[in-house]
Amino acid sequence: MSSSAEAVVKKRAFGQTMRRDAWWKVPVAVFCGLSAFIIYSTWAAFQGAHYTYGPYLSPFYSPELFGDSPHAWFGPKPGIWPGWLPWSPSFLILWAPAGFRLTCYYYRGAYYKAFWADPPSCAVGEPRKFYRGENSFPLIMQNVHRYFMYIAVLFIVFLSIDVWHALWFEDPDTGVKSFGIGVGTLVLTLNVVLLGGYTFGCHSLRHVVGGFLDQFSRSPSRFKVYSCVSCLNKRHMLWAWMSLFWVGFTDLYVRLCAMEVWTDFRIL
Amino acid sequence: MRYRAEQCVHSRFLLLSEMSKTTFRIWRGDREGGEFRGYETEITEGMVVLDAVHQIQAESAGDLACRWNCKAGKCGSCSAEVNGMPKLMCMTRLSDLPLDEPVTVQPMKAFPIIKDLITDVSWNYRVKKKIKKFKPRPPDAEDDTWRMAQEDIDRVQEFRKCIECFLCQDVCHVLRDHDLHDEFIGPRAMVYTAALEMHPLDTEDRTEELRKAYGIGYCNITKCCTKVCPEEITITDNAIIPLKERVVDDFYDPVARFLKRLGRGKAKAETEAPAAKPD
Repeated sequence: MSSSAEAVVKKRAFGQTMRRDAWWKVPVAVFCGLSAFIIYSTWAAFQGAHYTYGPYLSPFYSPELFGDSPHAWFGPKPGIWPGWLPWSPSFLILWAPAGFRLTCYYYRGAYYKAFWADPPSCAVGEPRKFYRGENSFPLIMQNVHRYFMYIAVLFIVFLSIDVWHALWFEDPDTGVKSFGIGVGTLVLTLNVVLLGGYTFGCHSLRHVVGGFLDQFSRSPSRFKVYSCVSCLNKRHMLWAWMSLFWVGFTDLYVRLCAMEVWTDFRIL
Repeated sequence: MRYRAEQCVHSRFLLLSEMSKTTFRIWRGDREGGEFRGYETEITEGMVVLDAVHQIQAESAGDLACRWNCKAGKCGSCSAEVNGMPKLMCMTRLSDLPLDEPVTVQPMKAFPIIKDLITDVSWNYRVKKKIKKFKPRPPDAEDDTWRMAQEDIDRVQEFRKCIECFLCQDVCHVLRDHDLHDEFIGPRAMVYTAALEMHPLDTEDRTEELRKAYGIGYCNITKCCTKVCPEEITITDNAIIPLKERVVDDFYDPVARFLKRLGRGKAKAETEAPAAKPD
């Protein structure tokens, strides 16, 4: 029943808050997780080597449009590629999944907080007063997300074809291909499953398959698809992180097998 | 190891089976200014922050202003910031708070203070009036009313749970930190717009307003509004992002815009066709 007066801070500076919990933990974890992935994937993309092993193809290099491996669609590096520009088959395709994740609604919210502190966390003071949001350039470009989504869906098809190829192992002596399952096959399969869970739970996909409708009852099939996408969308963040980790690990697995650091065990 | 962890939890979140004294730091003041004042009161098992505030009112601060009504999380009156997070005081159990330090209670930051814990939330009602009204299609049932399928109404039903506590408006950094009340209508008004825009009977188009007057582009999807909603409405994923996508349809995606116009043209042709038959 005692009463005492204290001075109060009126203006909130960067990071200032009355919150008692460890609000900084999530943005720091997101910062570390995304930074680690960006550094590793950039390094892996620049390598241009050790991205295939037997029937396996690293997802960072799939589809391999031009390249030296047997997975390449159109043969070796195109002659028109400028000599002064570094070359890697992944340069031709990696922009698509990168753009999909960069403009993803979940990642946007996460990296605005973790990398730009806008805000650092809920009810925590921000470093700058000026704010334009996604109203003007450059962030208005985030609205292109659905086009990246269309490409990402195509990539799921390509990666699924890679899994099919990963089921056929070539005998080095006879050159005959036979059905088999290696640990790498399972790694590639799980990669498609997780990327599929992430891609098919996309907010933009949810909208284009039926979310734009006001009357689902007029399109029962659309409603079913919308319900499936909504179901995946509920755990979009989880799918986003699991698929991000696993796609990086899949590349690492193929890379280390190709470098003969790891051995790919055959199950069948 | 486990025993030590349990001990740690017990010392931080005190067991309230017996009466114990806890200190509250409550904001006292008005528009001109104010300060946090410390109050000590006895708390018992089952108490919520609002109970403690009422007890302090009765014991030592009879002039402490606090808005409340149902004490059941349904009226949305007792919104405040407890330990820095926007919460309903009546739904915040003291057993969930660390009581080894004073519990801080202050008014919502995004709105002008009237007195102590009471803020002027009238801006929210003015904003709501700006939103284009419900415009139902002509009645199409035999009894001159409408029929709606359950799957059509399920989606907007979620938005009807809103109790207008304005915690989402308070936590939104666009309003809270950047004070863009003239440019952005905030999460609550977005939920209201979504309820109208996605309603199976509604025929009004609000995408132009969403883009400009309602300022949907200011939302950068931090999901803080969803986090603080006491009714657990998935504000960002189910209301704001679908509205953003509708704005994309109309203004940023040329293919979608073309298809939408084509669809509208078809619908118009279909509605006009029966009228032409008698001639």
